Parts: sequence; C-alpha cells; structure tokens
Amino acid sequence: MEKDVAIVGVGQSPFMRKCGISIGELCFLAYHEALDGTHLKNKDIDASIICSATEYDKQRSPAGVISDYLDLRKKPTFCVESLCSSSSSGLRIGYSLIKAGLHDVVAVIGFQKMSELTSAEAAERMGRSGDVMWESPFGMTMPAAFAMFARAHMTEYGTTEEQLAKVRVKNSIYGALNDKAAFRKVVTLEEVINSRPVVTPLKMLDCCANADGAVVLILASRDVARRVTDKPIWIHGLGASSGSATLAGRETYSSISCAREAARIAYDMAGLGPEDIDVAEVHDCFTITEIINYEDLGFAKPGEGVKLLEDRETYLEGKIPVNLDGGLLSKGHPIGATGGGQIRSIVRQLRRECGETQVKNAKIGLVHNLGGPGVYCFVTILGRD
Amino acid sequence: MVFEQFGVKNFVPETKTEEFVTYLKEGRMMTTRCKECQRITFPPKMDCITCGRSEMEWVKIEEPGKLNTFTTVMYGPAGFEKETPYTLALVEFPMGIRIFAQMDKKIPPDEIKVGMGLRVVPIKLQNDRISYQFERV
Repeated sequence: MEKDVAIVGVGQSPFMRKCGISIGELCFLAYHEALDGTHLKNKDIDASIICSATEYDKQRSPAGVISDYLDLRKKPTFCVESLCSSSSSGLRIGYSLIKAGLHDVVAVIGFQKMSELTSAEAAERMGRSGDVMWESPFGMTMPAAFAMFARAHMTEYGTTEEQLAKVRVKNSIYGALNDKAAFRKVVTLEEVINSRPVVTPLKMLDCCANADGAVVLILASRDVARRVTDKPIWIHGLGASSGSATLAGRETYSSISCAREAARIAYDMAGLGPEDIDVAEVHDCFTITEIINYEDLGFAKPGEGVKLLEDRETYLEGKIPVNLDGGLLSKGHPIGATGGGQIRSIVRQLRRECGETQVKNAKIGLVHNLGGPGVYCFVTILGRD
Repeated sequence: MVFEQFGVKNFVPETKTEEFVTYLKEGRMMTTRCKECQRITFPPKMDCITCGRSEMEWVKIEEPGKLNTFTTVMYGPAGFEKETPYTLALVEFPMGIRIFAQMDKKIPPDEIKVGMGLRVVPIKLQNDRISYQFERV
C-alpha cells in the first residue's frame, strides 16, 4: 500500500571488529551501495542526517566531515544522537523533513567506529549513558543493566540461562549466512553456556560485540520514489518513546516500558497489529533483550517469549521470523549504524532480496531499536506495494 | 563542592542536592520530600516537577528494602579495574522508592537472592571518598 514517504535505497558497509579505514571512507561504502540501487545521483540528495552516538567518536561534530567526504556540500546536514537508536531517530527526522515538504530526498547516514576506543573506554562511556550522577559512581555498565533485566525475568517467569542461550544459537545460524556480519560462526548451546561470565547471569556469547560500520538509508517523497525505484518500501508506522534514565526510576525490570509504548504508537499509526507482521528485526544487544522484545512487541504474552523461541516460531519457517540477518549478536553493534542496519535488513526482506533467509511473500516488516537500557525506543513498520 | 567526594568515581560535582553527601558523611541515608505535595523521590531532587516548586525537606529512608534484581560485574569500566568483581543491585524501599548501589562484598554471592531484606548504609571509601551500599538486615 502506497504511503507518503518511502525508503528507496539502502546500503551497508561490512560490520567489522576493526575496519582500518576513516569514518568518511566507512560511510562511503554504505552510501555508494544505497545510491546504486536507485536512479538517484549525488546531486539529487537534498539533505543528510548523520547518526552517531558521538561520545564514541574522535571526530567532534561528525556531520560536517562526513557530508563533505560524500560531496554533499551546500546541502543541509546535521547530527542526531540517541545512543544505539541514533539511526532510527534519523529515519524519524528524515520522514518529518519530507512530510513537511522541506525536502524530497534525504540521506540518513548512520555510522560508528568503535575501534577508535579501547574496550574499557567504550564500557565507561556506555556506562555514562545512564545517569552519571547516581549510577556511574557505582561502576554501572550497559551489560550490567541488561543482566539485571535478565535476573528479573528469570525470577518472575522462571526463564533459564540455557533458554537465553537459545537466542544466540538461533541468531548465529542466520548470522553465518550474512556476508556483512562480523561473526559468521554457528555456535552451539554448550558453547554459549560455557563461555566466560561477563555480568551474571550473562556470559560472553550472550552479549553482542562492539563493531565498526556504516549504513545509509535514502528516503524520498511518494512522487520521487515512484520515479527512482521499482521497489519502494513505504513507511507505515513510526513509534518512539523514552523511559527513565535511571534504573531506580523503573517500575519493572522484566519488560521495557518505552518499547511497549513505541510499539503501540507504531501499530496505531500503521493500523496494524503484531499478528500482521511477516518478518521482524529486534534489538538483541543481549540474548535476554530479544526475549523481552518479543513480549514488549506483542509477539508473545508477558512471560511467554521463551516459548515462542522454543516452538521455533521466530525461526525462518515460524509464524514471526526474527533477526534473519543474525541480529546484533552476529552482526556486531556499531552503535550509530545499528538501527539503520536493522531497517536495511527489513527493506531487503520486503524487496525479496534475501536469498536463503528470505521470508516467503513478506509484505509487512517491523524494526525494534532500543537506545541504552530502554532510555529510548523506536519501532518502525514498513511495507511493500 | 562536597558532592565531588561521592562515589568511586564522580562526574557531577555541582548540584543543589549536595546536602545528601553531608548527611552521608554523618552516617545518615536521607532523601527529599516536597513540602507541598509530600512526594518522596530517590535519587533526591531539589525541584518538584509536579508542583513546579523547589521547597524540599530531607527525610530518613525507611528500611528494610527488598532486593529486586542484581548482577555481578566481572569486567568493570575504566576507573573500576580494581573493584571487580562487584555486585550491582536495585532495591525497593517502603516509601515507594528504589535505590541502585553496590552490594556489600562481605555477602557471599551464593547467598544473594531476589526478595532478600537489605539496608542501605553509608560507607567510607579510600581517599576521603564516600558512598553507600546494601548490607544484610
């Protein structure tokens, strides 16, 4: 069904542990690929939105340098940040610019080069995305927040460490088929369970890894979309919400309230419900998060997320296939590019370009992208003609 | 700027809630209540967003609390290398507040259970620094 704004081009650099190139060069890889699939030229881009969790960048104010490298000079450019959901924020703003009639074609460019920092530096900055006044002084980290969600889910619903490990096993099967994923090895349940403890009850293989990467999404108004591509993917629903920045301010730890709210808004805007979704990408920064996301999105009732996975309903052949690109667990997590990477995967599913991991007859897809431990959440619903 | 003494590592030396740290140094765990609507929050706030006023009083945190969830951190962020492993926890207290802090390292990890009763206790750290932690009732 036709809508006002479409995604007409998508491109992604490989996600890598260490890319060995500059941020402009990294973005070029994705930008070039996004334009290649359309009849658009560089001069047709009216504005660019650079998406980055800038605390990880050596470059301050990266919009100028990246738009310059891509020869988008003279056109408006600016940077948006909402941690791991930065490029979903970019999509939302790009949509608004086009809906408002300010621009016809907008490039949303998400990137991060996590290898510019050591792991301890990155962990410390990530920990500071909670409340620096009341959490960081205790040694808060991002994995610790999700580990506490895992403990709460286990206590409330009897979820086990072995069940969490099954998320990684599923995603690794699909990650092995994604030539742009940083981790392409199929892992066994035993390997996940026997990997070293990082933040109890989460182990090394329950966690996604930092990565370098860039993604570009080209958005266009309806009329332009019709001219520049045969396969426009329409934006049906955009849901966004925020939650308490301090974990002490949350009412529950076994669910993420801003995700439930973002999902509600996106479903309302699209006039659709969870039963209408053919394929989804959800933010699996940790194994527990994917289980909680199933429940927050209404794919499963609270406490029944594990059952959905164990019944293989989120596998390719199930009723709601999830993370068929391997998820963050396989692809790696270049913070500012992550949401864009998820959106790209759903666009490719809806264009039926996914080969071995293609969901048959996929018409409606959903992207769930968290920022921080549920400080921000964006849910995006996309559809094909 | 007494608040800069708060925590293993501090990022926010300037705040209107610095009396919190003065109380901590006296061994008292306090938070704020709005004089108008009586709302108690933790962390303490000197501004009440409900009333739009900034007239607060300090009240003692009622105990015991109940452990909501916890995790043991094996790899700490920069500045916490010597602290690991440490256990972070979220504890619910009677006045409708939750507090985030580290657990007392003297509690053996296998004795930490969700639902256990805990107190929140001011502790002195090295180099004249101050914090609070959860201890067994």
